[in-house]
Amino acid sequence: MAPLVEVRNLRYSYEDGTHALKGIDFRLEEGEAVALLGANGSGKTTFVMHLNGLLTGEGEVEVCGLAVNKENLPTIRRKVGMVFQDSESQLFMPTVLEDVAFGPLNRGASPDEAIKRATDALVTTGMAAAAARAPYHLSAGEKKRVAIAGILATDPEILVLDEPTTFLDPPGQCALAELLSRLPQAKIVVTHNIHFAQALCTRAVFFQAGKIAAEGSVPSLVTRFGWDSAVSPR
Amino acid sequence: MHHVVLERWSRGASPLHRRDARAKIAGLLVFLVVTATAHRALPEVAAGLALLLIAAALLARLPVTGALARAALVLPFSLVFAAVCWLAGDPARGLALALKSYLSALAVLLVVATTPLPALLAGLESMGAPRFLLMVAQFLYRYLFVISEEAQHMRIAAASRGATRSGLAGFRAAAGALAVLFARSYQRAEEIHRGMLARGFTGQLRTLAVARFRAADGVFAVLAVAAPIAVRVAVERMA
Repeated sequence: MAPLVEVRNLRYSYEDGTHALKGIDFRLEEGEAVALLGANGSGKTTFVMHLNGLLTGEGEVEVCGLAVNKENLPTIRRKVGMVFQDSESQLFMPTVLEDVAFGPLNRGASPDEAIKRATDALVTTGMAAAAARAPYHLSAGEKKRVAIAGILATDPEILVLDEPTTFLDPPGQCALAELLSRLPQAKIVVTHNIHFAQALCTRAVFFQAGKIAAEGSVPSLVTRFGWDSAVSPR
Repeated sequence: MHHVVLERWSRGASPLHRRDARAKIAGLLVFLVVTATAHRALPEVAAGLALLLIAAALLARLPVTGALARAALVLPFSLVFAAVCWLAGDPARGLALALKSYLSALAVLLVVATTPLPALLAGLESMGAPRFLLMVAQFLYRYLFVISEEAQHMRIAAASRGATRSGLAGFRAAAGALAVLFARSYQRAEEIHRGMLARGFTGQLRTLAVARFRAADGVFAVLAVAAPIAVRVAVERMA
């Protein structure tokens, strides 16, 4: 069976000359949840932004058998749902319902159909009661759930989550892991949160200076790169 | 934050809140024209129009003193020009400027405070306002709060490092903070744009608000258009 995502020798440099990605090879199979670990600036976020064409580098990126190029972008953006680190930037419509309906409306859904899809997605993420509220009145955890609902409403096959636990307290992180583990889509999770990665992901890759340095289970990579003792107790 | 209060007010359920945005916009436009062109017996006409707006605020179950105070935000600007007119030997013009600007601000505030923003923008769009301008207005309204919060955080961070608001040092710190705020806003705009693209945005903002113009809205529109004209005509005749 063809992988959902296949990346071969992906390279990318920013305008200032920084080589952010130096030859990435990556596969994501159906039903997998993969954690992308690595230090700040190691290229994780830059990498995931290639999966739906927000950035374009050299090399090959295929999503569901389609090459990521201008022609395929509408289809690929339908298949890859991206949840950004700062939900505040993702929730830009005046009310929660309108924000979640934004994706379906862009996909050509009628207002009634968009409302139905948005309501279903809000029920899935446990945010149906907030439909009429303004996004800036929500807590960080609620904003994250609404941002995820906004992606689910477009019925994606792959969820890409960039630092999903940022701004969340421990109970919020647990609730998010529980919610995400219930969702059937394949997942790519960029995170520094080892416990969260361990609770959610079946596999992990470790980014180092724009390359994938290692691949394996979350505990094995954490031990190998010494991330389990990043802050030692006194 | 004023716009948070207005947002809360706009989600009310009074008879005025239930009316279609287009009916209110039509009434507002006529009110603004009636106010701007009034010249005979201006203080009396202004008092009549002010009573009309207060009646509307009561009908909308808004806190009248709060609404009156918020509309006064326009006065620091208009009073400067009014003072210039007064100093130039034309106190009547100065008074007219202050009265008209305040009444206009109050009328706009009442419409904004009784109409949720999506409905207001949809109404303006269906009346022919440029879509791009409305999109900019919507984003400005949405992120004003976020940017203001960032500014507050920077102010607290500066104060906690002993910064003062006065003098050249204070000015330099404020200028630096403003530059950082601009850079952050620019960065946020890019993030928002990425978020929009990732959800299939192709340049046209599609919204859910499909407002239906009912018979009651038609009746309200006629009344809202006729009321300021009637008040002005009646007061001018009496004067």
